Amino acid sequence: MLRKFRLVVAGVFFIAITLLFLDFTGCIHKWLGWMARIQFVPAVLGVNVAIIVGLVILTLVFGRIYCSVICPLGVMQDIIAWIGKKGRRLPYSYSKALSWLRYSFLALFIVVLVAGTCSLVTLLEPYSTYGNIASNLLQPIWKLGNNLLAFFAERINSYAFYETTVWIKSGVAFGVSLGLLVIIGIMAWRNGRTYCNTVCPVGTLLGLLSRYSLLRPVIDTDKCNGCSLCSRNCKAACIDYKEHKIDYSRCVVCMDCMENCKQHAISYRLRTAKKGTEVPPVKGNDNIDGTRRGVISGLGLLASTATFAAGMKKVDGGLAVILDKKAPDRHTRIVPPGALSLRNLDKHCVGCQLCISVCPNDVLRPSDKLDNFMHPVMSYERGYCRPECTKCSEVCPTLSIRKIDVAGKSSVQIGHAVWIKGNCLAASEGVECDNCHVHCPVGAISMVENVDNSSGPKIPVVNTARCIGCGACEYLCPARPFSALYVEGHENHRTI
Amino acid sequence: MERDNKDNGKRIDRREFLKRFGGGAALTAAALAGCKTDDGTSDSEGNGEIVPGKMTYRTNPKTGEKVSILGYGCMRWPTVDNDSARDSDGEIDQEMVNRLVDYAIEHGVNYFDTSPVYCKGKSEHATGIALSRHPRDKYFIATKLSNSSPAVWSREASMVMYNNSFKELQVEYIDYMLLHSVGMGNGMDTLFARYFDNGMLDFLISEREKGKIRNLGFSYHGDIRVFDYLLSRHDEIKWDFVQIQLNYVDWKHAKEVNERNTDAEYLYGELQKRGIPAIIMEPLLGGRLSSVHDHIAAKLKQKKPDESVASWAFRFAGTFPGVLTVLSGMTYMEHLQDNIKTYSPLKPLTDDDMAFLEEIARQMLRYPTIPCNDCQYCMPCPYGLDIPGVLLHFNKCINEGNMPSSSQDANYRKARRAFLVGYDRSVPRLRQADHCTGCRECVAHCPQGIDIPAEMRRIDKFVEDMKQGRPF
Repeated sequence: MLRKFRLVVAGVFFIAITLLFLDFTGCIHKWLGWMARIQFVPAVLGVNVAIIVGLVILTLVFGRIYCSVICPLGVMQDIIAWIGKKGRRLPYSYSKALSWLRYSFLALFIVVLVAGTCSLVTLLEPYSTYGNIASNLLQPIWKLGNNLLAFFAERINSYAFYETTVWIKSGVAFGVSLGLLVIIGIMAWRNGRTYCNTVCPVGTLLGLLSRYSLLRPVIDTDKCNGCSLCSRNCKAACIDYKEHKIDYSRCVVCMDCMENCKQHAISYRLRTAKKGTEVPPVKGNDNIDGTRRGVISGLGLLASTATFAAGMKKVDGGLAVILDKKAPDRHTRIVPPGALSLRNLDKHCVGCQLCISVCPNDVLRPSDKLDNFMHPVMSYERGYCRPECTKCSEVCPTLSIRKIDVAGKSSVQIGHAVWIKGNCLAASEGVECDNCHVHCPVGAISMVENVDNSSGPKIPVVNTARCIGCGACEYLCPARPFSALYVEGHENHRTI
Repeated sequence: MERDNKDNGKRIDRREFLKRFGGGAALTAAALAGCKTDDGTSDSEGNGEIVPGKMTYRTNPKTGEKVSILGYGCMRWPTVDNDSARDSDGEIDQEMVNRLVDYAIEHGVNYFDTSPVYCKGKSEHATGIALSRHPRDKYFIATKLSNSSPAVWSREASMVMYNNSFKELQVEYIDYMLLHSVGMGNGMDTLFARYFDNGMLDFLISEREKGKIRNLGFSYHGDIRVFDYLLSRHDEIKWDFVQIQLNYVDWKHAKEVNERNTDAEYLYGELQKRGIPAIIMEPLLGGRLSSVHDHIAAKLKQKKPDESVASWAFRFAGTFPGVLTVLSGMTYMEHLQDNIKTYSPLKPLTDDDMAFLEEIARQMLRYPTIPCNDCQYCMPCPYGLDIPGVLLHFNKCINEGNMPSSSQDANYRKARRAFLVGYDRSVPRLRQADHCTGCRECVAHCPQGIDIPAEMRRIDKFVEDMKQGRPF
């Protein structure tokens, strides 16, 4: 009964959080955004004391149900393990905790978190790991499905669905996400919760608390006949049936053992309750049931995610070919308004990709630089940071992108435009063009007479004091592949 | 621009299966198959087999030959992609062209109007193949000296173009030869550069004397001084015909549609004074008289429930006795069949009908669309914009009532979504109005004289207003 309840709640959380990463319209964040905010590390980075205290109390009362219910990476592993153990009657076995390894990972994580070496934080942290997988691997598939619906909607004159572009925002991020999924997937397929109990710093941290949890599964030695079913079915490998002991630092309170025990010898109860008379350890059979074929089929599962690279845009007839824009080499990266500064963003960002998944203008993408790996960076080849959009600031579960409003956005200077004369059609080719001037939302670009060629067309000049760095000029500049105006980011955002 | 039935879903529109254009041809055909009338002679729009032999003819005063009142505009031959060759890069579907030509000739159409530049330069060739399968005395061919690009203003280049027309069309003589689109570009200067300074007009007149050209005329758009000038020299040049834009909106309201144009009433009157037969282009105003605003369609239907919206425009153009033929560029068999029916025989409009259409024209002008006829002369835009795509989307939204006139409208949210989602569907983002640089390359090419950059900026502002939720 308790297990079924756990399954339902975990399913709801998992689907909801996955939807947060899939939904490119950003509308479900209004209702489900809190599910990202109650994740442990985002709450820490967001200095959300109430949530941290709540999670600590939850763990002290119920054990590590966070890992079984709230953590999407945990539930994802449960799903993979569930598929992986099919056909294996007794898939797991008890093993001793690899304490030195898990405490090393926890220590490493705390060090990098404090030191701000964020690429490692992103790779070690379970929520952002899941975010990377969902955003980089699942969202493109979701979008292709949406585009299929849009295709049919268009044919019946419905405006319910609209087409969206599917693209790999960063090859490195895609590869790393795929790698993480493969590694964690193989571990889960073969051994259940190995990742959670050896690598995951959140699991280890909560394990320190759950040792002392008020409620816990307990083996009643009076009823236990030493059949080993509980132990052989424990994906956390934490039940030592011979000693009638459960390692509560690793138990994720999945309740599987309670269901499996034919003697009803395991129950979820208060730690103070009596647990039966002390009996000598039973003698068990120790054959390890290691199935390896799961690994291979586990890889097959991933094959479907690699198919979305197709679908390049076709060029219409009778139209000039448009070269794709290329990202300029920016001295300082651009980060979204609300991030306050590069330092603030890096200090708080967990690299979960939520902001990137939701950006409707295809501006945000994960960074592939080592010192801010997977953090959002902006570039304007596919769109610009539109004045009416504040989506990324609405969804950020940490303090890295603070909430901004539409009115305030137009006064936040995240960078400034730089003019490259050699690329400008008006300056170098004598073509009349004032598209940057026309589209600048803050009127920072004026057209002036070209002193080198006073009979030629006017050329743009940027008032960098007024420029907010939104990239409208860069995106809409007709010069391709490199624009005549490009935006340089600012270390610290300013309000002008 | 001699092409009208842009609206490829016109039949559907008339049948009111769907109230918008853009329906696929396959769907159109399916819709038609289901509405065959029993006797085939009914006036209803159901397209039964049309009995040949009832076509109305007009007499050419010079040669005495009988020209069908329906002329075939060959600028939109179908492609293998089931599209119009003007809109896509697909190969012309020669088999279908042959079928259309066969059907047209069988039902009395004998005037075929093409040009070296139509269908990306492939129209003459395709038309020549289809027509050469018929006896030469069964049809009249009209083609043009389309030397509008400065690259072919020279006598040599123009001669190459002229001689090539005979080869492509597989003929020894051309029945109707036109100076193409005079009045465009830089008005008089362009006219002189194209036809006078290089001696091409004198050459064409000499060709007429030799019998290589049977009738010589010009097609006119734009600068009225060019029209007046050419007519002032009629006594000496002896124009055998003149091609003008005429429809029930342009008759008295050409300036309201487009500052650059002149009322067809004046143009036709000038030709009548001199006894010059008129050939009509744009009888549907680039399809804008077949896909009209819902409430206009309702009025036309109320008056004649069985007649298509487009048939009013064709009857209007045909009613004038000085009209030799009315051109319609027909991509699909359904267009052809419907137009043949309208003109087999022509039922001229009464004075009441004329007054009714004048009232319709006035009402139509209250819902101003951009006068783009989708002729694609502006294309390709050097910056990759799909100019006609943008303008037609704007027009379409007006016609469908998906155009919020203010952000306070009751249906603002719905109309906004329809406009913005439909915009992305009609035109890829990189080809939308916001990418217009204002270089004005296109402006000189537009036969309607639309200030394309200004319209692009206006539409872009409208889009921005809606995207940003600014009140307007």
